[in-house]
Amino acid sequence: MVPTLIGRIQTRLFLLATVGVVMTLLVMPLVPGTGAPLGDRYVTGLLVLVAVGALGIGWELLYHFLMQFRWEKDWPTSFGLLTLVPEGLLLYFLLRSGAVDFIDPISPATFWTHFTVVWVSMWLVANGPMRVPFIRWRFRGGRIL
Amino acid sequence: MVAAAGIPMYDVPFLTVGGGIGSFVTLDYLRIYGVPTEQMKVVSNIDHPWQTYEFLTRCSQIPRSERIRSDSSSRPDNIWGFPSYALEEAWKDKNPVYLWQLFTEPILNDYWTPRAGTVFENLEREAKRIRYWDMLVKGQVRMVRKRNGGGYFTVVTPPEGAAPTKRIVFRSRFVHIAVGYPGLKFLPDLQEFRTKYSDYQHVVNAYEPHEQVYEFLKTRPGTVVIRGGGIVASRVLQRLFDDREKYGLKTQIIHIFRTFVTGSHGPHIWARRKGGDGWAYQGFNYPKSVWGGQLKAEMRKLEGAERAAKYKEMGGTNTPKRRRWQEQMRAGRAGGYYHAVQGTVDRVEPTPDGRLVSYVRSNDGIVREPVADYIIDCTGLEADIAEHRVFADLLQHGGAYRNPVGRLEVERHFEVKGTASGDGALYASGSATLGGYFPGVDTFLGLQIAAQEIADDLARRGFVRKMGPLRSTAQWFKWAFNSPV
Repeated sequence: MVPTLIGRIQTRLFLLATVGVVMTLLVMPLVPGTGAPLGDRYVTGLLVLVAVGALGIGWELLYHFLMQFRWEKDWPTSFGLLTLVPEGLLLYFLLRSGAVDFIDPISPATFWTHFTVVWVSMWLVANGPMRVPFIRWRFRGGRIL
Repeated sequence: MVAAAGIPMYDVPFLTVGGGIGSFVTLDYLRIYGVPTEQMKVVSNIDHPWQTYEFLTRCSQIPRSERIRSDSSSRPDNIWGFPSYALEEAWKDKNPVYLWQLFTEPILNDYWTPRAGTVFENLEREAKRIRYWDMLVKGQVRMVRKRNGGGYFTVVTPPEGAAPTKRIVFRSRFVHIAVGYPGLKFLPDLQEFRTKYSDYQHVVNAYEPHEQVYEFLKTRPGTVVIRGGGIVASRVLQRLFDDREKYGLKTQIIHIFRTFVTGSHGPHIWARRKGGDGWAYQGFNYPKSVWGGQLKAEMRKLEGAERAAKYKEMGGTNTPKRRRWQEQMRAGRAGGYYHAVQGTVDRVEPTPDGRLVSYVRSNDGIVREPVADYIIDCTGLEADIAEHRVFADLLQHGGAYRNPVGRLEVERHFEVKGTASGDGALYASGSATLGGYFPGVDTFLGLQIAAQEIADDLARRGFVRKMGPLRSTAQWFKWAFNSPV
């Protein structure tokens, strides 16, 4: 899928709300670095997804701008995976600094395990299986609506 | 009137004309949406949908074992494009390197592209699955005309002996035309040479069989002139370089570019394509975003001169920058057997010893006169759409007209503008519709995009139910298990 700006944002939010939620439910009981009750872990995990979505709108604007320098106006597959590094780092430091205070303090192991599992799953779904139920999605720059 | 003339007439709600990959993907979509074979026919003069495509790719030096220039997820046999060709070939060849290439394209690696054979084998599988041959009617379409009561008549000449009359007629509510390229056009100076000296052996088009060139070069050292700067020129060069290496030949290559690209080019920093050594470089035949990204969205809104300007901005002959080709050309330049020059050719004449001299004028005024044994025209010029009798008739009698780049003007849903007839509709896809709201028409994925638009428009008209996520998923499983739709 070669995205448009609105398609990028819609795809991100849609995948967070579907794949992101499912993976959070699956992975949170297993994450290392925390002794919190499962209910609290779920709350933390889901709030991280909300933060990834909210910050993501800003990130997508930046990616869209960078994409303009590419003749093809495309976004190679690898970029979709590797952007987990800057996005993860920014969110992690925001959490550590207390700037995102609606999320409880979180250990590095918990954060990175959850974040990486969710990100890789979303990337895998976006690069193939997403096209199975949504046959018009890839021709509309990633728009769902 | 038709009945009175004694011409047999058959009713079929949906008829597609052409029988190549354009017809195939449209039928594939409609079968998966739920249309039974009894409601559709395809009229064609070829036996299987990939026949013409395979002929042209083979001539232009892509046998089944070689890779075509197409994205991994552009699968004419699979409307979802999942699993992509790369996944399939990686699985079948037990070769995960393909997946690494897919992941790192186009940054650290060339674009991964499928083997021609993979494409054809899968098309055959899907054609059987949707019962393509139950819908095939062999014949040559003469014309498609509006019918007074709505819909269309399609007049067909069946193969000799196949029908009791010379013509048969189909009456249908919907007609789809996907007849491919109207024809090849030669460079004018080469056409003149061929006609004047009746020599069709030494001046050849890369899309016609020209194996004699490579066979001759195996028997003695020779010189070949290549004309054109696109993918076909790259392919033909590769064959010449490969043969040189494989058989220790002494072939000299003179490559004439009309437009010699020396570096990045384009009007501003947000519209600059890479290039060099004569070539403009691009992974596929359009920038990737025409099939679903930004360029597709932009073009969809443009009309008239603005649309033509956008086509011009992203157009121009180009080829992918593949690492192997770059190496071969570098070696050729260093070894003094590959010479690329800018120039336009005034004329071509035979020499007294039976060779060919080209009079080449460069932009800087220098005139060169290279002598060669063969000239291969790799420009891939296409003939005007009116060269095809069905389009000529539609333009003259059917209400169709031309778009800003001179081809058939179609709607965003690929209905040919000006040809509506009662509750019927006439659609077209493929090369003839280049210049419309969607640019990548003459590509695998472009044909599928057109097919989806057409299928959704037919759903709006009540011919079939629009496919949603549930049916799509169920149908995907049927595809995966190769069970009937």
